[in-house]
Amino acid sequence: MRKKELKLVITFHTTADAMAMEKACKAQNVPGRIIPVPRAISAGCGLSWCANLDERDEIKAMMEKNGIQEENMHECLV
Amino acid sequence: MIYLDNAATTMHKPQEVIDAVVQAMSSMGNAGRGANEASLSAARVIYDTRDQLCRFFGAENPKQIAFTANSTESLNIAIKGLLNPGDHVITTMLEHNSVLRPLYEMQEKGVALTIVKSNPKGTLDIKDLEAAITPETKMIVCTNGSNLTGNYVPLEPIGKLAKEHGLLFVVDASQTAGVFPIDVQKMHIDVLCFTGHKGLLGPQGTGGIYVREGLEVRPLKVGGSGVQTYNKKHPAQMPTALEAGTLNGHGIAGLHAAMDYLEKTGVDSIRIREQELMWRFYNGVKDVPGVTIYGDFDTKERCAIVTLNIGDYDSAEVSDELLTEYGISTRPGGHCAPLMHEALGTVEQGAVRFSFSHYNTEEEVDTAIRAIHELAEDE
Repeated sequence: MRKKELKLVITFHTTADAMAMEKACKAQNVPGRIIPVPRAISAGCGLSWCANLDERDEIKAMMEKNGIQEENMHECLV
Repeated sequence: MIYLDNAATTMHKPQEVIDAVVQAMSSMGNAGRGANEASLSAARVIYDTRDQLCRFFGAENPKQIAFTANSTESLNIAIKGLLNPGDHVITTMLEHNSVLRPLYEMQEKGVALTIVKSNPKGTLDIKDLEAAITPETKMIVCTNGSNLTGNYVPLEPIGKLAKEHGLLFVVDASQTAGVFPIDVQKMHIDVLCFTGHKGLLGPQGTGGIYVREGLEVRPLKVGGSGVQTYNKKHPAQMPTALEAGTLNGHGIAGLHAAMDYLEKTGVDSIRIREQELMWRFYNGVKDVPGVTIYGDFDTKERCAIVTLNIGDYDSAEVSDELLTEYGISTRPGGHCAPLMHEALGTVEQGAVRFSFSHYNTEEEVDTAIRAIHELAEDE
């Protein structure tokens, strides 16, 4: 397994929210990618958005602008 | 075969719809069930289709569109998920059994039901809807177009009426989605039920429900959701709230291509073409002795349907003759619209329905006109 890094991980209430996030990020060149929700955050399943910590402000601004709601924003080793 | 049963399902689909389903069946995984590329490709197509439908129907947010198998499922969700014992609901004689049967079931559970009568032409008077409203009334549920006569029901006045009285407005758009413009916000629609396989030109087994933001609907089914696995309750957030179990991703990929086609072709030009063919047929048969046509043809806006009988011939016999002698596919009988037949006085005879697609041709219509002339002469 590769070495883990501290990342920004955003979780969502539904798969549709995660897909809305991916679509908006791609359209607006906002960095990051979809990953399965890490066990450290939730033992359920689901999709989350993973990006570098220093991209938090840019991502938050984009989400606000596009009305995308997160369930939570975490910093965790991914 | 000359296919004139497009109100049952549009058999002729754009080639890109067929290609999209085939492509999806060899590449798509299960949406929202993992972050592998196959699963994500399904999730992306499904989300994009939600987004298309959201724009198409003027919804606030793609999340307010949930996928179902068809209008029937959507109507069951809306009617059973919003009404409670003690509520009163208003519907009309124009409705299909997919509206009526869930309502009859709720009636057995203590919901009061008023069915507003139509005139013998199969049209409604909005004053009758207004007169039926009581302090207990919770909902008006009605169709946007009769599957039997093709009569179009303008939604905006009913939506306004519902809003003025604080009622929910639930619409069955089975016959109109993809052909007539629908704007849920402008028309004050709280719940829109639609199917993918008719005017939207998608595969059978696709359909959906729009639910106004903030309105909570009890789901018909709960189960796998791809999220919140260890929660004993199904997630309450739309669209997951109404989408338990694996979605028809392959079909939705086809619907996605169909929405692209509709956007490119234009709903207005499709409707105008269908109506042209309908009027050609109507004008060709309306004066044939012995032919009775049902519905309101005094108005320009109507679904591309002409329903008729020849003398007192059994409609099934006429439909069979049309098929065997002329290769024309129509639909006879009751069309799952028992109360509409009551209003038209055709319960015993049924009626033969001709329904047109923009893919039909003038030659096909002319063959159908000739057939009616010949069959009526034989009478």
